[in-house]
Amino acid sequence: MILQTLYQQCIKHNVEFYNEFYVLDLLMTEGRPAGVVAYELATGEIHVFNAKSVILATGGYGKVFRTTSNAHTLTGDGMGIVARRGLPLEDMEFFQFHPTGLAGLGVLLSEAARGEGGVLRNSENERFMERYAPVMKDLASRDVVARAMSMEVREGRGAGPDKAYVYLDLTHLPKEQIDAKLPDITEFARTYLGVEPYTEMIPVFPTAHYAMGGVPTNIKGEALSDNHTVVPGLYAAGEVACVSVHGANRLGTNSLLDINVFGRRAGIYAAEHAATVEYADLPENPEGNVVAMVEAMRDAGGSERVAAVRQELQATMDINAQVFRTEGSLKQALSDIEGLKARYANVSVQDKGRRFNTDLLEAIELGFLLELAEIMVTSALARQESRGGHFREDYPTRDDVNFMRHTMAYRQEDGSIRLDYKPVVETRYKPMERKY
Amino acid sequence: MDVTVKILRYNPEVSEESSWESYQVTAEPTDRVLDALHKVKWDLDGSLTFRRSCAHGVCGSDAMRINGKNRLACKTLLKDVNPSQPITVEPIKGLPVLKDLVVDMEPFFAAYRSVMPFLVTTGNEPTRERIQSQADRDRFDDTTKCILCAACTTSCPVYWSDGQYFGPQAIVGAHRFIFDSRDEGGDQRLEILNDKEGVWRCRTTFNCTEACPRGIEVTKAIQEVKRALIFRR
Repeated sequence: MILQTLYQQCIKHNVEFYNEFYVLDLLMTEGRPAGVVAYELATGEIHVFNAKSVILATGGYGKVFRTTSNAHTLTGDGMGIVARRGLPLEDMEFFQFHPTGLAGLGVLLSEAARGEGGVLRNSENERFMERYAPVMKDLASRDVVARAMSMEVREGRGAGPDKAYVYLDLTHLPKEQIDAKLPDITEFARTYLGVEPYTEMIPVFPTAHYAMGGVPTNIKGEALSDNHTVVPGLYAAGEVACVSVHGANRLGTNSLLDINVFGRRAGIYAAEHAATVEYADLPENPEGNVVAMVEAMRDAGGSERVAAVRQELQATMDINAQVFRTEGSLKQALSDIEGLKARYANVSVQDKGRRFNTDLLEAIELGFLLELAEIMVTSALARQESRGGHFREDYPTRDDVNFMRHTMAYRQEDGSIRLDYKPVVETRYKPMERKY
Repeated sequence: MDVTVKILRYNPEVSEESSWESYQVTAEPTDRVLDALHKVKWDLDGSLTFRRSCAHGVCGSDAMRINGKNRLACKTLLKDVNPSQPITVEPIKGLPVLKDLVVDMEPFFAAYRSVMPFLVTTGNEPTRERIQSQADRDRFDDTTKCILCAACTTSCPVYWSDGQYFGPQAIVGAHRFIFDSRDEGGDQRLEILNDKEGVWRCRTTFNCTEACPRGIEVTKAIQEVKRALIFRR
């Protein structure tokens, strides 16, 4: 409904859209944006937009994982572009896994299902959350529930032919309540799994859902180039941004803060900024990078397939960087990504045309996914503690002495990643360990 | 199981003619048609072109004609479209085809924009939300479910043959506000739809209602707009 209303208001106010234009580069002149370079999918043309203010609102990068609630288009291009320009990404190790994804598919079943009284059960029909969180039970925070579900599967109490999932049980709820409060959930279960939620339990498993990290911003939505310095004219809002209202772990519904509160603020300040400055000069040959990237990909004759490399990336991320992480698993992921990057250098696309070349676009998106996965894993490897969405089995407790700080990851010219840290600002509420 | 997908291909960079191509893929009966299309694109022919995003019936980008009926590829399971026979996939009808299953959606969105699909109010700006009773909200609940996928509009025989008709979706989009107790633009919208290319072109064939992946009673909504036009004075 929010998305619909936003679009309707855009129609009312005659907002001009450039549909299916994919921004592939951010132009920077003397430390501020001069505009963006976009690839027009319909024609294959590359366009330069000269702009005084640029707001990134490109969403997250859930497609680094196989099991995700995210759309196919959520390949993190906005974060990737910023990182390629040497600007930092903050807290990328913190990724939220939502407990109730439809098993095997990752399609999201809202928390409302448990809010209305739904409970999770393992193959022994046990309401297992009573063991993990005796007070909050099924309504414990998402990371706690997601880990508990994974643990049940790992310890052999998973359900189904491969013992790979647990159940969401709504069968004790009145039909009228299910119909009135949970219409989407029941429809998804019926459509995709052929399960009737009135009478049958729904197979579920954690699904990659939300990036707490992203482009560091302040409360005006302004992007930062280090721990303090504002990039004048560059803004980010929504999942692409890390204003860090969520810290290491977003609570249900709070993404609305990123969208409604900070999206609005970024818009207001971007408009103010644009009214007070002149255009920055475009760099020489502004579209050069993008033209080179697109043409190289179109002309490439390598033997690797984009889909195969992407599927292997998603597989290693699901196995090694999901709700349970260890030094060993993260190093495995990193080494796999290294190998996949080498193979990516040897991919080719079959579609050599200019019109609606989604083959080419998927290849370019894979480049962003690989780099963002590497940043996520590198940040996670360095955080030798457990906090929020990031859980290290080899460091299972929270360590405020060493790690009460934000990770700032910089992609360097040579492609390597440099990590830096930023202190946590304490204001009215002192950060405390969550205990149940 | 092995499934044959027969797709109407069109790429004006190669040929002005469209042609049917068949592909064999291995899939589960519970896989979506979208999964089968992805298998073709990712494993067999990267040039196959279609729109998709959320893959679970929310974004509305993958409406196509599957075995002759408009559906979302991501909401249609193979087992429900008789996978023992070749499954035909074509672009939705009535909009210009750009490449393979991708059509030019602009005429469709233009029709939507023309019915003022936004809340219209005059004066007395509230300082908080506009309160509405549950009954008033329920009055237009059905038409809020629209995801702008165009399955209804491009299933309508009048839309195929006419070229000027607003189409079912634009009327659904207008209905959502005409019957909203908070809105004050109903008369303007009704006047727009009173046009000779407006609601009166509807011949109640119910194709739109059958095609809607969200289960909206589209034809009923159109009839309600007609009734509002007749009885408004």
